[in-house]
Amino acid sequence: MCELASTLPALDAEALESELAELIVAALNLDVPAAQIDPQARLYGEGLGLDSIDILEIALLVSKQYGVQLRADGAENTQVFASLRHLAAYVAAHRTK
Amino acid sequence: MSLLPPSHTPEVIRHLKSFAPDVFCLTDMPCDLDVPQMRYPHLPRIERPWRVPAIDAGRTVAFVFTSGSTGVPVPHAKTWGRLIECVLEGARRLEVGAATALLATVPAQHMYGFESSVLLPWASGSALCAERPFYPADVCQALQSLPRPRVLITTPIHLRALMAYPDTLPAADLIVSATSPLSQALAQQAEIRFQGPVREIYGSTETGQLATRASAREPAWRLWPGIALTLEAGRVWARGGHLEQPTALGDQIEPLDAEHFLLHGRLADLVNIAGKRSSLAYLTHQLLGIPGVRDGAYFVPGGERAAEPGPARVAAAAVAPGLSAADIRAALRGRIDPVFLPRPLLLLDRLPRNSTGKLPQEALRALLGPPPRPTP
Repeated sequence: MCELASTLPALDAEALESELAELIVAALNLDVPAAQIDPQARLYGEGLGLDSIDILEIALLVSKQYGVQLRADGAENTQVFASLRHLAAYVAAHRTK
Repeated sequence: MSLLPPSHTPEVIRHLKSFAPDVFCLTDMPCDLDVPQMRYPHLPRIERPWRVPAIDAGRTVAFVFTSGSTGVPVPHAKTWGRLIECVLEGARRLEVGAATALLATVPAQHMYGFESSVLLPWASGSALCAERPFYPADVCQALQSLPRPRVLITTPIHLRALMAYPDTLPAADLIVSATSPLSQALAQQAEIRFQGPVREIYGSTETGQLATRASAREPAWRLWPGIALTLEAGRVWARGGHLEQPTALGDQIEPLDAEHFLLHGRLADLVNIAGKRSSLAYLTHQLLGIPGVRDGAYFVPGGERAAEPGPARVAAAAVAPGLSAADIRAALRGRIDPVFLPRPLLLLDRLPRNSTGKLPQEALRALLGPPPRPTP
């Protein structure tokens, strides 16, 4: 039981990461397969090469899909776009749908 | 003298330093531009009545750069008098006065932001909110905190994101949009959600603001007084008014009468992504300048777009044996503004040139196959 309880959240997190990757690739029309996005690579600038227009687009996407409103204030928020993993963790913690 | 570069890529910064060897960056936050930095101090509170300095109207106060068609950014000198003349007309039209509070989502270092968030407060005595919010939730909070009348200075991209905000939006007494044309549907929706009128500004780096329209109601733009449009050799030129010299416009424009015109999009070779303008010829020139790229071209993917699409991007195809897409992207990043990084970038054995060696845009678009599925 303990083992199950500890692996389930990890599986959920991984599923959310790949779901987000799929959504981002489709919404931004990226020519990178979603599965090839390194969950730990930077989303902004170098790394995946997203810019501020994309970030606003992703903000729109997580608002529609998960009911999460991103904000610039708060220490945790500065890290949201550090990587796909950070974004997924933030969405998991704040999703309302 | 202020310099407003089109982007901050290393190539543009190098050019800026050769244009003005004594250039420095005045900043209030850490900044990684490769020029001497001067940190703007926090000013002590000014107790005495402040005398506004008188500036000679003929004095050149800024150079605003466009990205140019040959790879070299082109400076456009702006004199104080004409800049202020232009924004004073904007203040009259938008009814922005000393009691107005402004909130801008656009940065001050391009022409629209410079005019609307720097010059407009100076010329009208209105107050600019120190925050420049980005996310819809932050825009709402900042707007809500301002006294009325309050004005939101923004772009179609931000408005589109704000329309998806699930809660009630704070009332705005005016919403100003520029950088790329706003659809009538989005303008109408914004007027309902913000309970205030939407006014759109048409302008360019070369000309500054030229016209406004009430986008929710009318497709026609009304010119600034004294500005005349003329058709010469297939291009529409603007002259008179606050313009330093006659200027060819980069858009397909249909004059209706002496004061009004319709806008039918960019000229074929020009692209505008979130207010950053470039040309396919310039971008292709930069692509071909990368060592190892034997042939290549930029193109605009897709033809007709949905009513309210996300921001359009540009695509490119390249013949570059030995280089990966990542190599080319990294090289482009040093040469062009990142908004013009190709999406997608296709690597091919040869480009679909026709028998005369020409490269039709349609043939390039056909490489992409069917259009991407819409945003869920």
